[in-house]
Amino acid sequence: MAEHIVPRKTYFAVFAALLVFTALTVIAANINFGKMNDVIAMTIAVTKMMLVLLFFMHVRYSSRLIWVIVASMFFWLLILLLLTSTDYSSRDWFGSHVGSVVGRQ
Amino acid sequence: MATHAEAVEHGHGPEAAHEALAHHFDNLEQQREAGALGMWVFIAQEVMFFGGLFLAYLIYRMKYPIAFQAASNHLNWRIGTFNTAVLITSSLTMALAVWATQVGKSRKVQVGFMAATLLLGFVFLGVKAYEYREKYVDGLIPIAGWFNPKPEILAHLPHGITVGQYQMFFWLYFAMTGLHALHMIIGACILLPIMWMAWRGRFSPEYHGPVENFGLYWHFVDIIWIFLFPLLYLLGAHFSAGH
Repeated sequence: MAEHIVPRKTYFAVFAALLVFTALTVIAANINFGKMNDVIAMTIAVTKMMLVLLFFMHVRYSSRLIWVIVASMFFWLLILLLLTSTDYSSRDWFGSHVGSVVGRQ
Repeated sequence: MATHAEAVEHGHGPEAAHEALAHHFDNLEQQREAGALGMWVFIAQEVMFFGGLFLAYLIYRMKYPIAFQAASNHLNWRIGTFNTAVLITSSLTMALAVWATQVGKSRKVQVGFMAATLLLGFVFLGVKAYEYREKYVDGLIPIAGWFNPKPEILAHLPHGITVGQYQMFFWLYFAMTGLHALHMIIGACILLPIMWMAWRGRFSPEYHGPVENFGLYWHFVDIIWIFLFPLLYLLGAHFSAGH
């Protein structure tokens, strides 16, 4: 697979988008949306990450093998975050603080 | 590293005669792809490395939501925004440094973009050091015996929130931003020899693997900050208004 050279104007467009999203997340954080504040902040952060991954890090133009590595990276990260948080959040289901480490004060 | 004579002797094509081609690769394209693949595997394990801290943040944040919001208010989101912009700009200059080697720009252009990246990295670290000093002055260093928030901070603790919960936020703040800053310092140490190689004219459209792979590392560090900024700095931005 021949190397794809990303044109400079793509880099500048991505850079501008990253700055706009940074401004958006700062503005959104200063308004009280309740629980939605987190959803908005993380949606913007994931969007920024995708821009950096796909264009600055050339994933969009990379081989299938690189895509597999990137996909498995997210898969294992999700196992780490999701399985552990289901454990912690379900510890109080059968009586308060049974086996809970964080819950004890 | 195979010399021209060796490469010809091994029956490779004319491209294989490039001085940068290691003997265990068929051609420069294969060498470049193998290098990028290795770098991505490294980045995947780095994601696991930082993932543990993000997990710790997630668990304690679920446990102490109010304490984390209030403690986040002691970080200055204006400074954080400035540093975010600095880091994003350094990612742009690094992407342009890779581009400069890909299209065969002069060594001065290549080194120029890398020097800009390095300079912006130092600006980021300088601002970070200033912030750490501020936390020290306010008694927010989360080490046993050192964590001693000044009276103004203690007076404004939200109802039912303990000092220990505040300390947990600052432990995560220092661990996460500290590990991130360490990655930037290591990055600067790796970028310097790459700049030296660029100055010596080592990089060309045929061979620029080190620049490309360093770029991947630098952008990865940028992505970590993209998540740290809202999670640590912006968390409490609307808190004082609504409290």
